[in-house]
Amino acid sequence: MSEHTHEPVPYRTFIWIWLALLTLTGITIAVSRINLGSLNIWVALGVASIKSSLVIFVFMHLRQESKLFKIGLLVMLTILAVFIGFTFFDVLYR
Amino acid sequence: MSIEHRDDTGARFGMWLFLYTEVILFSGLFILYSMALSKFPQQFAEASHKLNIYFGSINTIVLLTSSLTIALAVTAIQLGRIKQTLILCGVTVALALLFLVNKYFEWSEEIGHGIYPGSEHLAEMGPGVTNFFNLYYFTAGLHGLHVFIGATLISVVAVMTAKGKVTSDRYTLLENSALYWHLVDLVWIFLFPLYYLIL
Repeated sequence: MSEHTHEPVPYRTFIWIWLALLTLTGITIAVSRINLGSLNIWVALGVASIKSSLVIFVFMHLRQESKLFKIGLLVMLTILAVFIGFTFFDVLYR
Repeated sequence: MSIEHRDDTGARFGMWLFLYTEVILFSGLFILYSMALSKFPQQFAEASHKLNIYFGSINTIVLLTSSLTIALAVTAIQLGRIKQTLILCGVTVALALLFLVNKYFEWSEEIGHGIYPGSEHLAEMGPGVTNFFNLYYFTAGLHGLHVFIGATLISVVAVMTAKGKVTSDRYTLLENSALYWHLVDLVWIFLFPLYYLIL
């Protein structure tokens, strides 16, 4: 494997991402106080997924990593989807 | 020692693989949560209202900020700014401790109200509420353990940085500890809305 070091990410980028994360946290809390029925949980999970992508791609430098790392993430998410999906095929149709 | 084998990319990939297994570990608990939620939606909302949203929100801000400081620490070491790296690691560890102190007060309050696994008060409130709090204590407890491990790792790496063992040329240890710390943050990003914010 070739040795490649990442370009340092400027402080500014990280601070912007942090502000975005705080804003999204505010949005989750605000939306959770409004009763949208079952939609609430989907909004919460949606915002949490956006926040995770910001953390994974920027804070964790996945943007700068090679394809191998991104495929790894995709494989993990697929396993997770199978894990959750199959559980619910069972639970929901009992 | 003139020739030394080094594979920084391999070391980082190894860390990522480990973090994937951590995600699978926590996802098991989240699946249990979602099954229980679909079984007891009312009771889960009722139980969630007993949690203190202020503690949860403050801890969210604390963890997001600590994730920022450790990300900045990686940039600082890459630029060779050792002093800044040490300060940023220090702030991260301090925020981790603040998180745990908050957790201590939060749990003391809940336990003071008779809410803890196996309590009679909980049993009187029925299986839905009991289920919620058992999962809450287990998931948040396991997450808290990860906060503790992450803070320890970062402290050790900070000492190594101060001793010149982690440098701008060789900082995989700091990078991997930072990755672990971000995972701790990721778990909390899902834990917080699911446990504290159900209406």
